[in-house]
Amino acid sequence: MDADASLVRRLRGGDEQAFADLVERYHTSMVRLALSFVPSQAVAEEVVQDTWLAVLRGLGRFEERSSLRTWMFTILVNRARTTGVREARSVPVADAGPAVDASRFGPSGAWAVPPEHWIEEAENRVDAAKLSELLRVGLDGLPARQREVVLLRDVEGLSSTEVCEVLAISEANQRVLLHRGRSKLRQALESGLGGGAR
Amino acid sequence: MSLLSGLLRFRSRDLPCQEVVEMVTDYLEGALSPADRRRLERHLAGCEHCTEYLAQMRETIQLAGRLTLQDLTPEMRTDLMDLYRQWRTEG
Repeated sequence: MDADASLVRRLRGGDEQAFADLVERYHTSMVRLALSFVPSQAVAEEVVQDTWLAVLRGLGRFEERSSLRTWMFTILVNRARTTGVREARSVPVADAGPAVDASRFGPSGAWAVPPEHWIEEAENRVDAAKLSELLRVGLDGLPARQREVVLLRDVEGLSSTEVCEVLAISEANQRVLLHRGRSKLRQALESGLGGGAR
Repeated sequence: MSLLSGLLRFRSRDLPCQEVVEMVTDYLEGALSPADRRRLERHLAGCEHCTEYLAQMRETIQLAGRLTLQDLTPEMRTDLMDLYRQWRTEG
């Protein structure tokens, strides 16, 4: 919170570099998040530009009850929701499948096709670019609401409370979406890295 | 099968692996009841595959946290700084 307070002070004082730093840190994440709600990259960029202007204009009113990033992401999500034709892209929570495909378990529910090893591969063998690509494709493949939660929680590092505030969802709902999203991301990593180098 | 692994197998039987993988997030989030948490940990102690699965979920979270999305393009950077200067002139 202290880093936030000093950043807010610099922004209010008209420190251009403070804004440049903020943009550098958050712009592409915001575009990615906005894409969950709106149909195209161009519209997402527009929504994020509007958000930056709203952030600048709102600085005087920002009361620091929430963190700066929570406040910014909340503005973004509200704008993106208003702009977006969300329904076309989103998948209801209830339609989400199991964490691991049922075919991998035997009749007793024990593993029949256990997880392939890939942690060693991810940490020591595969190159960073391939790993990033796998994760990006995995994230893009998630249903919109799961992607929103995983982006905010795991990529951006917001707390569960912050995510609930930004997306206006309950803790329980947040956990379900996080669970589905993370499980699919794990599967994407296993499919991309598993088996090969053992 | 040794007596020990037989015992472990017996003890882990009450919670199927298929159910364990659905409890992992609640476990990591500290959202399980103490009783469920104990059942899960008992299962993990006797099941190498679920232990591996949990480690992979932790690894997935870590890798996501290290992911950097694309850099800002120079055009975007220029546009945004123009936006900033526009705001400054608003008053």
